[in-house]
Amino acid sequence: MIDWGWIASNLDDIWEATLQHLFHSVLAVGIGLVVSFALSLVALRWKAAYGPITWVTGVLYTIPSIALFTFLVPVFGLTSIWTAQVALVSYTLLILVRNIVAGIRSVPDHVVEASRGMGMTEARIFREVQLPLALPAIIAGVRVAAVTTIGLVTLTVIVGQGGYGLFILRGIGRRFLTEALVGTVGAVLMAVVVDRALVALERAATPWARRRAA
Amino acid sequence: MIRLEEVTKVFPGADRPAVSSLSLHIPEGEFVTLVGPSGCGKTTTLKMINRIIEPTSGRIEVGGRDVMSMEPHLLRRSIGYVIQQVGLLPHRTVEENIATVPRLLGWDRDRIERRVAEMSELVGLGADLLERYPAELSGGQQQRVGVARALAADPPVLLMDEPFGAVDPIVREHLQQEFKDLWRRLGKTVVFVTHDIDEAVRMGTRVAILNVGGVLEQYDRPEEILANPANDFVSRFLGEERGLRRLALMPVSSAGLDRGPVVEITATPEEARAVMDAHGSDWLGLLDGGRLLGWVPAAEVGTSPLADLEPREFLVILRPEDSLRRALDAVVTSRTRVAVVVGEQGYLGMLDIDRVAEEITE
Ligand SMILES: Nc1ncnc2c1ncn2[C@@H]1O[C@H](COP(=O)(O)OP(=O)(O)OP(=O)(O)O)[C@@H](O)[C@H]1O
Ligand SMILES: [Mg+2]
Repeated sequence: MIDWGWIASNLDDIWEATLQHLFHSVLAVGIGLVVSFALSLVALRWKAAYGPITWVTGVLYTIPSIALFTFLVPVFGLTSIWTAQVALVSYTLLILVRNIVAGIRSVPDHVVEASRGMGMTEARIFREVQLPLALPAIIAGVRVAAVTTIGLVTLTVIVGQGGYGLFILRGIGRRFLTEALVGTVGAVLMAVVVDRALVALERAATPWARRRAA
Repeated sequence: MIRLEEVTKVFPGADRPAVSSLSLHIPEGEFVTLVGPSGCGKTTTLKMINRIIEPTSGRIEVGGRDVMSMEPHLLRRSIGYVIQQVGLLPHRTVEENIATVPRLLGWDRDRIERRVAEMSELVGLGADLLERYPAELSGGQQQRVGVARALAADPPVLLMDEPFGAVDPIVREHLQQEFKDLWRRLGKTVVFVTHDIDEAVRMGTRVAILNVGGVLEQYDRPEEILANPANDFVSRFLGEERGLRRLALMPVSSAGLDRGPVVEITATPEEARAVMDAHGSDWLGLLDGGRLLGWVPAAEVGTSPLADLEPREFLVILRPEDSLRRALDAVVTSRTRVAVVVGEQGYLGMLDIDRVAEEITE
């Protein structure tokens, strides 16, 4: 049923697709994080901005991805990496902004007040108190964003990008099950591995939470 | 040291001030407690001193300088601050928490390390706790870390907002005692908020009683407030047990002691009976060269020498620095109906219920 011979003879291509797929995913989540951070800072600084920001990112989130690619083609061109990236990034924003803002807001008032009372500047309180304590919530958001993005990257083949999507598209076109499966299983495995890696990162970065649970 | 002049705070949207033209002068080295009913503006007053809340009008000076003329974060580094919820940084170890302000001040590593060790010893935290996170400590230990952290940079002023509110009564009393001792040794100026009048009069060298709206009703030494409440509000706030609270502040040594029905063990049985008769007592206290041995019931004093008797111990023996409230408790719980007082040199005398009552009515 599965043509192992094909897999063996195409290992180089599969490896290259893996790297490309990972590159697109990491880039999109990375840019998404930077943009979300900026949006979150705005939302935290001006409370009234939180509603509009989540509304806009929420609308972006609900646009079907195929449609979004189509809209962006006239802007960036059919095979531009940015056509893919802009679409991918916009899907990460809602979940990331929500988690960053919720994480920062969940830091107890008395902890912030005590920090202020000891003479920390507001910037320092944000960097050294609020951000570290929001880390679990932020990483939870990154996990969802990463898994979603890895799935979506399979679709960027329609705007000429590489990655596992190419195997899936070609496999289906040629009715060649092995190739389609390589793309599908590859994307699933990557999602699982990245998710586990982020869990490990969270544990390493939040020793206080780990020891309490123990 | 700290001076509030006509300080008023009206929160945005509030229809009346939280604090109304409050003037309070806190001399250096005093332990001032702010006490009053819930919502009377105690916390607001405290937070205006370190500018966590800015006054609407009026002037606040710390160490002779107008706080509004200083950078808030620099001002705060020179003022220790302890809040009820403690507010330890959950992601920092005990050691790192204590080191917070010294680090902000840019002390070098060795100096910080030495200071942390010194502070943790001062507040009675074992060295084994230093590596722990706050969530791994008991409530009482967390409060200690909070106090150590506030003292770490050796600030001349300490602001405390119900610092022992979150622990059970037994631990609280222990922490209060410890902290008062610490204050005596360190000589800091302390402003201490509480809603517990007992805590206020026990801890403070001066007590400020606030009414709703941050109105200062009385500001004086605790003995004075208990003896002469300025108005109805204050006497109602002091409550039913005002007399007992006053006794709690008076040392046994301030009262006149009676010698009581007590004889040296070398006295004859006749002499002993004469002493008991003179006091109308049905028991006899025995001394051995000024040292208190105990007491015997009158019936046991017969013809044989007093040295042959087996004296019973007094259940409670007071020291001169104990409070008259303890003395009263000893009187009403002991079989002999007196409180005996013993100092360094031996037996000093005793108090009965009339003596204690005299002290309050005086
Ligand atoms: N940030 C704020 N915004 C608006 N009103 C406030 C704020 N903080 C306090 N108040 C109001 O100011 C008044 C005094 O509050 P404050 O916290 O100083 O009281 P408190 O004496 O410390 O009371 P408690 O014993 O309950 O802690 C209250 O009526 C309170 O509702
Ligand atoms: Mg309060």
